[in-house]
Amino acid sequence: MTKIKKITPKSIISKVVIALVLIIDVYPIFWLLTASVKRNSEWVDYPAYALPKGFYWQNYVEAWTRGHMATFFKNSLIDTLISLIFIVIFSTTVSFACVKMQWKLKKSVARYFQIGIMVPVATSLIPLYQMFVRTKLTNTYFSLIITYIAFGLSLSIFLMTGYLRTMPNDMFEAAVIDGCDIYKLMYYIVVPMMKNAIVTVLVLQFFFKWNDLLFSMTFISKSELKTVQTGLLYFSDEFGSKNWGAIFASISMSILPMLFLYTFLNKAIIEGMTAGAVKG
Amino acid sequence: MPTAPAVKKKTGRSGMKKVLGNKKAIALFVVPAFIVYTIVVIAPIAVSFYYSFFSGTPGLKWEFVGMKNFLRPFQDSRFRDALFVNLRYIGFVMVGQVGLGLCMALLFRFWLKRFKNLIRTLLFFPVVLPTVAVGQLFAKIYEIQPNYGLLNSLLANIGLQQYVHAWIGEMDTALPSLIVMDIWSAIGFHAVILYGAILDISDDVIEAAAIDGAGSFQLFRYILAPLLRPMIVTCAIFSFSGTVKMFESAKALTGGGPGNATKSLSMYMYEVAFNYNKVGYGSVIALFIFLMCIVGSFIIGLFDTKEDI
Repeated sequence: MTKIKKITPKSIISKVVIALVLIIDVYPIFWLLTASVKRNSEWVDYPAYALPKGFYWQNYVEAWTRGHMATFFKNSLIDTLISLIFIVIFSTTVSFACVKMQWKLKKSVARYFQIGIMVPVATSLIPLYQMFVRTKLTNTYFSLIITYIAFGLSLSIFLMTGYLRTMPNDMFEAAVIDGCDIYKLMYYIVVPMMKNAIVTVLVLQFFFKWNDLLFSMTFISKSELKTVQTGLLYFSDEFGSKNWGAIFASISMSILPMLFLYTFLNKAIIEGMTAGAVKG
Repeated sequence: MPTAPAVKKKTGRSGMKKVLGNKKAIALFVVPAFIVYTIVVIAPIAVSFYYSFFSGTPGLKWEFVGMKNFLRPFQDSRFRDALFVNLRYIGFVMVGQVGLGLCMALLFRFWLKRFKNLIRTLLFFPVVLPTVAVGQLFAKIYEIQPNYGLLNSLLANIGLQQYVHAWIGEMDTALPSLIVMDIWSAIGFHAVILYGAILDISDDVIEAAAIDGAGSFQLFRYILAPLLRPMIVTCAIFSFSGTVKMFESAKALTGGGPGNATKSLSMYMYEVAFNYNKVGYGSVIALFIFLMCIVGSFIIGLFDTKEDI
């Protein structure tokens, strides 16, 4: 460590630089959260960086009810959770079938599922929209959920097949000798053994689905079915650009699930979100 | 399984074969996902290609026009503008995310002694925020009307009144403002990945170089850069595939404006296909984005193998 110390210049500069980086990184979020409890009059009377003079929770009430954030949250939860369940089931079974089971086309099928990693969402958008219009499925939960599932598969299967390849077969053999059929093997052996990979997929896909804007703004026009992201985007129209308090409250609200999850699971989340890059 | 009796092992093997070769189970495991994936992800690419030969809207005035849509981008100045905006965005954001991410990772490794985990956790935080929320937040940071946003109020207060202006309302500063925001939101991601890669380099290698008298720059140029190269390329590909799609953040911050100053290809495609109902031409732009994605990733990937040590 002493040698390394020799390379670095004065430690004061290093501390200042690190502090600056941290401030730039965290201050906007801090500002957002504190600004969300300001009264509208405070924006006029004090500069924007000033701390709130009290806690004006009415902003949140307004965003939640008049701003329909309650509805948007419910919709985002329904879309995200249902698609997550199917993504995990599908990617676990497909990956297991393509890595550990014995059939001719398994390598080609695994490769076929990987094409999707390269497909930009914009490319599929127009045909998908036309398809949903013809089948009268626009403005349904179904249209979003099925799209979320399909676009979540490629990366999830890629991560899970990678994980399964490193897994020895001894456990499976022992279970089969003990009389497990394939479904019991899947349920009692494979799924518990793949717990880490499943958590990674869940974390990664949760963020992707919760953050989706393009699909939800294209397939959904009814405000009762809008998700948090689309809702947020049209929020300013609803409140006018003057009601900053409610806008800040709604933005804060939309990041609260992340804030909450991240506080408790930051290690798992960092690992999950970087898994695609590190393992690829 | 060294002690397993031979007979049992044999039945085990054949049992394994039967269980793992169960055709019905394989079909059940693969077919539903296969169908959903094919219909929603793969088939639309082919359909896009088919659409691109037509003009009008499917069902309404739908006419075959041959290659006409493919020639349009060459005469369309708005397409050119969007492409140019998109390319500038890709270039600056990639350099910012990967370059500054690398600087930050090096900072962690060599300058940071304590609180490494805490600081890593804090720096990664913007990464988990929804893009739309970040866009709306930065719209308020850059705001000038009806009241000054965070940036302008800070500038005004430290005596830099002359720099106060409508950051996202003016042609010259809108795209840079967007670029800064997208670097801010993703830099933690790249820093954490590259930091992990730096930690994989053993201390011995670095100390040996230091003993041999290598300065910081030489240490980076001859030891760290070659060893980090694969991970830098991976980061570049991630950054590229995120920026080539440029849509959400621009939509949330500026909506493409002012004028077309921040309108990306995806946004232009969206406008053409959904606002003007030119499905055929929109599909051509969509395919162009797909092509850009593949070609770009391929070119970046070329840097991975060359000049290995």
